Amino acid sequence: MSAKIKIATTSLAGCFGCHMSFLDIDERITELAEVVEFDRSPLTDIEHCGPCDIGLIEGGVCNSENVHVLREFRKNCKTLVAVGACAINGGLPALRNFVSVEECLLEAYRDGIGIDNPQIPSDPELPLLLDKVHPIHEIVKVDYFMPGCPPSADVFWTFLSALIAGREPKLPYELVHYD
Amino acid sequence: MSGTLTIDGKTIPFAAGQSVIEAARCAGIYIPHLCHKPGYAPHGSCKLCTVFVNGRKTSACTYPAAADQNVVSDTPELQQDRLRLTQMLFVEGNHFCPSCEKSGNCQLQGVAYHLRMLDNHYPHFYPQRQVDASHPDILLDHNRCIFCNLCVRASRDHDGKNVFAIAGRGINKRLIVNSASGQLKDSDISIDDQATQVCPTGAILVKRTGYQVPIGERWYDRQPISELALGKEDSHER
Repeated sequence: MSAKIKIATTSLAGCFGCHMSFLDIDERITELAEVVEFDRSPLTDIEHCGPCDIGLIEGGVCNSENVHVLREFRKNCKTLVAVGACAINGGLPALRNFVSVEECLLEAYRDGIGIDNPQIPSDPELPLLLDKVHPIHEIVKVDYFMPGCPPSADVFWTFLSALIAGREPKLPYELVHYD
Repeated sequence: MSGTLTIDGKTIPFAAGQSVIEAARCAGIYIPHLCHKPGYAPHGSCKLCTVFVNGRKTSACTYPAAADQNVVSDTPELQQDRLRLTQMLFVEGNHFCPSCEKSGNCQLQGVAYHLRMLDNHYPHFYPQRQVDASHPDILLDHNRCIFCNLCVRASRDHDGKNVFAIAGRGINKRLIVNSASGQLKDSDISIDDQATQVCPTGAILVKRTGYQVPIGERWYDRQPISELALGKEDSHER
């Protein structure tokens, strides 16, 4: 049995910018890899997350699959962290909250400029859109929040270093940005 | 009348006519605020500056400083109240900092940073609000308005124009423009008006001035609002 701390990460309605920022910790990732093992994450090929110590959630909740994934993370992760503006307040995907789902779909798949073969996707494998994009704290209990669009690599490093060491994570003033 | 009062146990002087928040500011003590601005008539609406004066809660911006007052501002309870009030302002409007050109220079953001706000706590309202881009030089984005009344006071008291007013109550409260069409282009606002400069958020923006200072190098990126608000010129509260 591994003694390493298990981390799972996922991107819901986000742009993967937070994951890219995480990778910006650069060579410090080798230091992290000595104490951490990744479960479900874009870095692995694991479909469902198992029991984990830390779950990092990027992106808001925009469709039914996002809800399932988020609940699975909450069930399996001891500590759940909302990473970035989209997970915390819906972010830029939530700008669609001011138009109806119907309008949104019609503009994207039928009426938008340059669309060939216009049709609304209706494959049963596609998750259904929610009427609004929601921040994750409206769906599950969230333990910590890392603001930013994205949070900088130093935020990831500072936050995870503390959490892994069993300390309460605290971000200094210069690391807290909402943009 | 002048004399001394105490704030958080520190004795400070006050001058005749000063409010508690002004006496505190002159003594180098920051009390968080959004609707208050030096040189403007107090409004007392944002309630962030709520303090205890002789054991009773009141707005520091509207309460006159008086001799021997015992003011308590920096307590965990009051800071928690301020945090929750600020979170309410975020969820009741549509504040998407990454898409706002005022980001980094926004006092709502500055106060939130000061209060160590990492999340919005409450469910979001995502209200339907309009953008008035009709004026050639000035943009009015209702999504970011926090109803501080500063543009109303600036236009009325400093510009002599009465371009803005607050209409409605509660969740139906809204900023309105005094013109036949209700649009900014038909009002007599001008780019030189104080009303165009005074907005603490990105609700009123002068067009073609955004991004002159890169994100990351703006006021609250570099210095906490608690320090900037005590500067002599209050340049960040333009």
